[in-house]
Amino acid sequence: MLAATIRVTGDIDVAEECVQDAFTRALATWSKSGIPVKAGAWLTTVARRRAIDTLRRQTSQRRVMANFVEPQESALPSYSDLASIADDRLRLIFTCCHPALSSETQVALSLRLLCGLTTSEVARAFLVTESTMAARITRGKKKIATSHIPYRVPTVEELPARVETVLSAIHLVFTTGHTAPSGSDLVRRDLVDRALDLARLLRTLLPDDAEVAGLLGLIILTDARRQTRTSSDGALLLLSEQDRTQWDHGAISEGAALVREALRTRPAGRFVLMAAIATIHAEASSWDETSWGEIVALYDLLLIVWPSPVVALNRAVAIGIADGPDAGLEALSDLTSDGALLGYNYLASTRADFLRRLGRKDEARLAYEEALSQCENEVERAFLVSRLRELEVGAN
Amino acid sequence: MSEYLVLIYESEAAWEKADGETAGTMMKEHQEFGERNGAALRGGNALHPTTSATSLRRDASGKLVVTDGAFAETKEALGGYYVIEAGDLDAAIAIASQIPAHFGGVEVRPIRDVG
Repeated sequence: MLAATIRVTGDIDVAEECVQDAFTRALATWSKSGIPVKAGAWLTTVARRRAIDTLRRQTSQRRVMANFVEPQESALPSYSDLASIADDRLRLIFTCCHPALSSETQVALSLRLLCGLTTSEVARAFLVTESTMAARITRGKKKIATSHIPYRVPTVEELPARVETVLSAIHLVFTTGHTAPSGSDLVRRDLVDRALDLARLLRTLLPDDAEVAGLLGLIILTDARRQTRTSSDGALLLLSEQDRTQWDHGAISEGAALVREALRTRPAGRFVLMAAIATIHAEASSWDETSWGEIVALYDLLLIVWPSPVVALNRAVAIGIADGPDAGLEALSDLTSDGALLGYNYLASTRADFLRRLGRKDEARLAYEEALSQCENEVERAFLVSRLRELEVGAN
Repeated sequence: MSEYLVLIYESEAAWEKADGETAGTMMKEHQEFGERNGAALRGGNALHPTTSATSLRRDASGKLVVTDGAFAETKEALGGYYVIEAGDLDAAIAIASQIPAHFGGVEVRPIRDVG
């Protein structure tokens, strides 16, 4: 509805006011006449009509807005056409996730405008004050307006790069929710759900895109383990410790089917490969039964399409399991000297784990302490502290 | 005769805080400057603030990288400029990305309409 109204106004703020107005009128009208059958269409019609009125009044600004407004938009179009509503939402996704906006702004605008979260809800999700988030959203909208970020679906040539930006923004919403960067809870359920909504929406809009299927699969497969990631008292449980019978097997089938479909497109992209790794974990009957060799091979491919130090770290973890902690430690050595992951607690905690398994207790203890000094999620901190205690008990 | 590009550097924070009267006075002073130096002036524009800027670079593999914000690297210096007209930011990026700035990148900043 907001998406459809922006197409008329060419301005996000004006569109938000018109939508607000439509709701107010709906309350007044519907309390007398009852709720119409196509309530959504009714609201959209009112909001857009209001938008057109507003535009006519703001003749002086018209020239500026002409950039956004479609020329054939003089008459009210019909709203029964679901395809056109889908097009509007797709346009809005590409506007919110334009590469000329910072990734923080992309995420904030998507949650605000596409998921309908209030500014204070978005602020809470990212643990910033409401005024900070309001300023970020205002800056984003202002940049869209002053630099004329277009409100349309990119051309076929532009599409792959632009879809990648959208997927990265949705993935950022998901990872922020899946392991909250700080605070007392491991998972921020609201963010995970919004990421799932956005990925499902994108899948409906771009059903033939393999990376879109890959991201949706990745989110579904990772989230299928949500019940088992912490124990009843809130402590972190590793993949090896989780009760696999409690995983959501319906979700796993859905996610795995998406991944198998996406893998038919070659070469496989970043999200498809990550989802393929998640599928192997999800379908393994136990930690020991997991096909670690296959996981290492997938990480090798992932490192080619996405040469990032975090991927290299995960690959080292998999090598450490497939070929032993010595091999894992060797795979880590380049990363440790490289410095790109300096201060990243998973690097220190992975090294600590390898050293612990090799019986190099003093070095392991130092590495755990280093990880602890870099970690701000309380659930993860508690896990690191328990590992340190085990080492101390073992030493005595 | 030689041609010169004269660049105006000012505090954006101060501009943001300036009241309508101060801004009006400065606009008037610019007008007066223009009238006094009409014979020498070849053109000029006011820019939207750096928050409206978009920077373009190429990574090691030559892929275009679009980022929010001004070109703020101290290693690189302003080396030239083009004024272009484009339908929207995507069209502007499509043109600006063809500029051969092999030793750095380019910044795309919308020009203010003060007429």
